[in-house]
Amino acid sequence: MPGFDFSNHTRNAALHARGVPLPKATSTGTTIVGCIFDGGVVIAADTRATSGPIVADKNCEKLHYIAPQIWCAGAGTAADTEFTTALISSQLELHSLSTGRKPRVVTCMTMLKQHLFRHQGHIGAYLVVAGVDPTGVGLFTVHAHGSTDKLPYVTMGSGSLAAMSVFETQWKATMTEQEAVTLASNAIQAGIFNDLGSGSNVDVAIITKDKTTLKRGYVKPNERSKKQKSYVFKRGTTAVLNEKIITKEEISKYVTVHELEGGETAVGEKMDIDA
Amino acid sequence: MSAMFSQNPLMNGPNYSFNQAPSTAAAGNKEHGFYPYTDNGGSTLAISGSDFTIVAGDTRSTSGYNINTRYSPKVFKIGGTTSSQDDATLVLSVVGFAADGEALKERLDAIVKMYRYQHGKPMSVKACAQRLSTILYGKRFFPYYVTAILGGLDEEGNGAVYSYDPVGSYEREQCRAAGAAASLIMPFLDNQVNYKNQYIPGSGVGHALVEREKIPLGRTEVEDVVKDAFDSAVERHIEVGDGLQMFVITKSGIEEKYLPLKRD
Repeated sequence: MPGFDFSNHTRNAALHARGVPLPKATSTGTTIVGCIFDGGVVIAADTRATSGPIVADKNCEKLHYIAPQIWCAGAGTAADTEFTTALISSQLELHSLSTGRKPRVVTCMTMLKQHLFRHQGHIGAYLVVAGVDPTGVGLFTVHAHGSTDKLPYVTMGSGSLAAMSVFETQWKATMTEQEAVTLASNAIQAGIFNDLGSGSNVDVAIITKDKTTLKRGYVKPNERSKKQKSYVFKRGTTAVLNEKIITKEEISKYVTVHELEGGETAVGEKMDIDA
Repeated sequence: MSAMFSQNPLMNGPNYSFNQAPSTAAAGNKEHGFYPYTDNGGSTLAISGSDFTIVAGDTRSTSGYNINTRYSPKVFKIGGTTSSQDDATLVLSVVGFAADGEALKERLDAIVKMYRYQHGKPMSVKACAQRLSTILYGKRFFPYYVTAILGGLDEEGNGAVYSYDPVGSYEREQCRAAGAAASLIMPFLDNQVNYKNQYIPGSGVGHALVEREKIPLGRTEVEDVVKDAFDSAVERHIEVGDGLQMFVITKSGIEEKYLPLKRD
């Protein structure tokens, strides 16, 4: 892999030494879990992304695709989980094509840990890797520094303690698919309600020998309440201090202009307006 | 120095103290220190009307990513004759460091009670406001780590809101938001209570535009604005949530309302 661009490092180190704070990355403050059951594995995640105490995204996706039968739940720095899983997904696809075999969960886990160890924890990706391959069911955790665990039930992220408390009281050695999904979902909800870094909805991915089912918004226990008042402004409320009119002829240099027929409205361009 | 480089007000603003991890020295050796303050998050809000004042606050208490409790009031009645505070006429809201907030409330309450016994009449908001400022400045070099808002009715019976900084600088205002989500709520209040940046459509061109007429909001409208402000703050700030406590001060007494907020 070619690697990262370090050309700004010296300048940034000098600025940091003078007290300039580091830029804030969006972190998925997160609760993520995984749990195996008879014939497969389930992983689940909350959907809140934060930047400090501010909610950056209320419904983000923390379940990442690696291969059709291997999925990954990510906690930590949002960009790192996103790019690391995409990179390994790509390498695993090529590996699968050249070997003519289905990718294995251990292979994925090994590639992830070697990549993360090489970068000495600077890539802030904390992952739960799960899948089913010809060798059977696999479930692992991978930490940013490169250490891994292989366990029947796992939790990660700031809500990991809340989620683990659910597993430690309710987990059983043999479970049906539905039992495992409910348990994982309950573990995520423990994170959503008791950890401030986690919130909004529960996403679930169920992987069995035959198929993978991604259930986005499996539980939505935090729908926004209806507003008491209407906040629609009369057209012209905002002051316009100056305006510049660009004619159709001028703009045609940059884009193609289509005239709409009378009464016809452009599809997909209607703005969402509150009631 | 850092303010020069960051465009994000949350990184510079005095109300941002989410990450209070002890810093390590440049050399890498561990600094030891005494940290007497913590930030317990939450937000408060007060709006005055023509014959009422509403003081509200959420009831969540946090430390870091944890919730200490889902019900820890930040808004208190002040200066009643009994512990039930049934005949109180003043309301104090405190947000920031909860222990200091509690201590400040207890101290102000005792002072306002003593005033009633010594003078044979309840303390006016104006007098209480000045006294609170004095209390806060009295601890200028070891401050009460709180943003206080005092609400009541003035001598004419009009709604009155006084807002403070931690060391006693104060001002009477129409409305004020404080605490963790103050930077989210205050611009909304400027726009919806004082109609800032709202003009009458077609009333002129450029600077000749006429501002929207400032009509004081009624009680139900203000209650709606408060509810909407907190619902929105809960959506975008992790330290705000669980419950909304609202005190409505009118000449017939103080009414308390409690509404559930989202708990995630």
